[in-house]
Amino acid sequence: MLKCRTVWKKLAPLARSSSTLCRQNVKRTGLNNGRIPTCVPAANMSTGPGGLGGDNLKYTIMVGAACVGSLTYAYFLLKGDQKRYQERIEEITTRSQRSSKEEAATVQSEPPAVEATQTEAVPESVPEAAPSPEEPSPPAAPAEEPAAPAEAAAPSETTAPPPADEPVVEAPPEEAATPVAAPVVEEEPSPPSEPPAAPAELAEPAPAGPTEPAPAEPAPAELAESAPAEPAESSPAELAESAPAEPAEHTPAELAESAPAELTESAPAEPAEHTPAELAESAPAEPAESSPAELAESDPAPVVESAADSTPASLKVPSHSPYLLIGGGTASFAAARSIRARDPGARVLIVTDEPDLPYMRPPLSKELWFSDDPSVTETLRFKQWNGKERSIYFQPPSFYINSEELASAENGGVAVLTGKKVVHMDVRGNKVKLDDDTEISYDKCLIATGGVPRNLQVIERAGEEVMKKTTLFRKIEDFKSLDNVSRNAKSITIIGGGFLGSELACALGRRSTESGLEVIQMFPEKGNMGKVLPEYLSNWTTEKVKREGVKVIAEALVKSVTCKDDKLEIHLKDGRLVKTDHIVAAVGLEPNVDLAKSAGLEVDSDFGGYRVNAELQARSNIWVAGDAACFYDIRLGRRRVEHHDHAVVSGRLAGENMTGASKPYWHQSMFWSDLGPDVGYEAIGIVDSSLPTVGVFAKATAKDTPKAATEKSGTGIRSESETEDTATSPVASVTPLPPVAHKDDYGKGVIFYLRDKVVVGIILWNVFNRMPIARKIIKDGEEHADLNEVAKLFNIHED
Amino acid sequence: MSSVRQEGKDKIIFVTKEDHETPSSAELVEEDPNDPYEERGLILPNGEINWNCPCLGGMASGPCGTEFKDAFSCFHYSKEEVKGSDCLEQFRAMQECMQRYPELYPQEDEKSSSKTSQDSTEESGANSTSASEQDSNTSQPDTESTAES
Repeated sequence: MLKCRTVWKKLAPLARSSSTLCRQNVKRTGLNNGRIPTCVPAANMSTGPGGLGGDNLKYTIMVGAACVGSLTYAYFLLKGDQKRYQERIEEITTRSQRSSKEEAATVQSEPPAVEATQTEAVPESVPEAAPSPEEPSPPAAPAEEPAAPAEAAAPSETTAPPPADEPVVEAPPEEAATPVAAPVVEEEPSPPSEPPAAPAELAEPAPAGPTEPAPAEPAPAELAESAPAEPAESSPAELAESAPAEPAEHTPAELAESAPAELTESAPAEPAEHTPAELAESAPAEPAESSPAELAESDPAPVVESAADSTPASLKVPSHSPYLLIGGGTASFAAARSIRARDPGARVLIVTDEPDLPYMRPPLSKELWFSDDPSVTETLRFKQWNGKERSIYFQPPSFYINSEELASAENGGVAVLTGKKVVHMDVRGNKVKLDDDTEISYDKCLIATGGVPRNLQVIERAGEEVMKKTTLFRKIEDFKSLDNVSRNAKSITIIGGGFLGSELACALGRRSTESGLEVIQMFPEKGNMGKVLPEYLSNWTTEKVKREGVKVIAEALVKSVTCKDDKLEIHLKDGRLVKTDHIVAAVGLEPNVDLAKSAGLEVDSDFGGYRVNAELQARSNIWVAGDAACFYDIRLGRRRVEHHDHAVVSGRLAGENMTGASKPYWHQSMFWSDLGPDVGYEAIGIVDSSLPTVGVFAKATAKDTPKAATEKSGTGIRSESETEDTATSPVASVTPLPPVAHKDDYGKGVIFYLRDKVVVGIILWNVFNRMPIARKIIKDGEEHADLNEVAKLFNIHED
Repeated sequence: MSSVRQEGKDKIIFVTKEDHETPSSAELVEEDPNDPYEERGLILPNGEINWNCPCLGGMASGPCGTEFKDAFSCFHYSKEEVKGSDCLEQFRAMQECMQRYPELYPQEDEKSSSKTSQDSTEESGANSTSASEQDSNTSQPDTESTAES
């Protein structure tokens, strides 16, 4: 059709010009005739046919010649186009024939036929070649026709992505299919040619059909056509043409065994590991093997090399997982559990860059320090107050299944891939890329990457020596190293007065009584938990911390840190100097939003973290939970919470929503802290010391301590009533200090945090097992005129 | 008597026991039993089992989750006089699975409700078998031990 139009376009001006010439001639003759009617006609009639004279004859001949010339030109143009078109179709059909034929024999027989057709006049070959490719690739063939001219240009582009993806370890699994291709390999000694040769190949289909060079270029199209056909067989063919014969022969041998395993693994799955270009061209639901095949083509040599060593690694990483959880912490585990509970037989893959299975963090700064077991750093077990011991790991290793078995396990399971970091996320393609360049595609994904501890700029600038003596506390390895340090060092300084800093200070302070270790805690606020507790309570707490054996330096801003004589010297802005052996920096958490850029996810500027809606969803198939999620709390507004129970609650909610629940964040999470044997509190909601507060206190008796609370209720886990995953017991107590019967003794009570006269946060100070009432008050969101009346609901005088 | 103090924006009230003896005048919003957002217990309002209940621990999500769900569902919907006596097969399958993971499902654990219900069903089964096989003493201890485990 386009040809016709172009032809007509060419003809039209000629036609017009010729017609104007004709008209002009006619006019002239007419005029001439009109003017000299008498003498001319006779002359005209006598000389030329059709009443035309000599001049007119010339004009006629010119016009005629022009018409003939244009017609001839048009004809040749059309013919040439058609010929090129037919050649293209031939080329495509031979390729598809190659791919769809399972045996080498048939492949061999086809090319001669194809070759013959190609050299012949075009039209005859078309019907012959057309039917055969029709079967394997009906949808692709029509798509290919208009794309044919485009594809000529495409090859150079498509080869570019394949080399980029080249290092991908997928090559081995696909090359695994090469055993089938071995015979085909042998008959194709031609090495892969460069992409620029691709267009040239269009003109030279001559060298045996299957051995067409430019592997990358055929590959995408081939993929498209072979999509409905058997995947296993197609990839061998593709690989066969690309890989030089010799190396390819080696690989089939080693990869033969891996082939069946990999094929069976990925067979049920629906991977989507294509470069976007290929995706656009190829039909949906493409098998795993075909995609890496194209990647293998562009650079067979390195691929072959990497095949040997990367085969084991690629086998461990499944290429597809219906549920993919990025991050292996509390939120991720809670989500895994939720998914498994709601979707029977679900296959869940957790990818974590830590070497450990999912574990809970609170004991790392509390219970583990109070354990009597000298090997606690190895066992990571802690004793709860009811005597029951448990590990910080949520579940023992036998709970999880191997990632290789994930796809084939009958009832599904949870697999954990440790030591692998997700570096890139392709939201359009529903897949992620790991740091070893393997790709995993998913149906639903959870991002629960948590965060990394912040560091002080002064320490970072202070150099290597200082950094070596600094601990940023978060993981198991940090606990192990700090435990080691605490046994050997003479003085440890904790910078930071929040939850982690204060808890570590108390834990180390207890050790100081045994070992003579000096424990210093410094922070810019006026008292411990200065950003959480109202000032009077913060001061009270600081006194308690000091009683635990900690040297507290309040209102301390660090100016610089230097290392002198193997000791650290901390210079404060007000001139004070603190000499110590080791520093623990507990100055906050930086949420890990590395994937935001590649995934195109929004990052919150106020709170940090990925911005998600009330149902924890960032985009269609992506949820975020835990420390990294900045979510919309229907009651309390947008916030980001860095507590253990929130990780459990949000992880569980994300898991529910990933299995279709569509529930918003509604169940308010709580948190707790224990600072010494007689300071313990549970809290819920927004607990910010900058808000106005109303505190209702009773006098504390010896009964109102964290230890007493757990002993009475018989549960070693104070928060067991909340979420069964949280396992923490209050601080092991030494003989309780005698109750201070001072008027300003804040023994136990309830503190309400108000925002616009509505209670948005509650602290239960040394008052336990009343969290449900607190949760209800926050959920109601009512304005209460007298908060003393509200406090009555808590029965603070009772146990 | 209660004392009130104001420290800046913070109000501090000290109350004695007597101060709090009178019932509270604070009004709480009435709970909607069918609130879809609320966290539910073990049994949902429509009568189904909430597999995601924290009370179940990891039972429904572990390697033996499927077997546990089958057994517990059967027990829950059982209309027999001895509830769950028609679920022996499922419980047996569950126990077999759990025995393969002793780390996860310690055999001396008596806390899970499924175990107790299993015990009762096993016991009734054991009684019947022991009655029919009184002469073979070896089988009796076997059935008894399985009932106890």
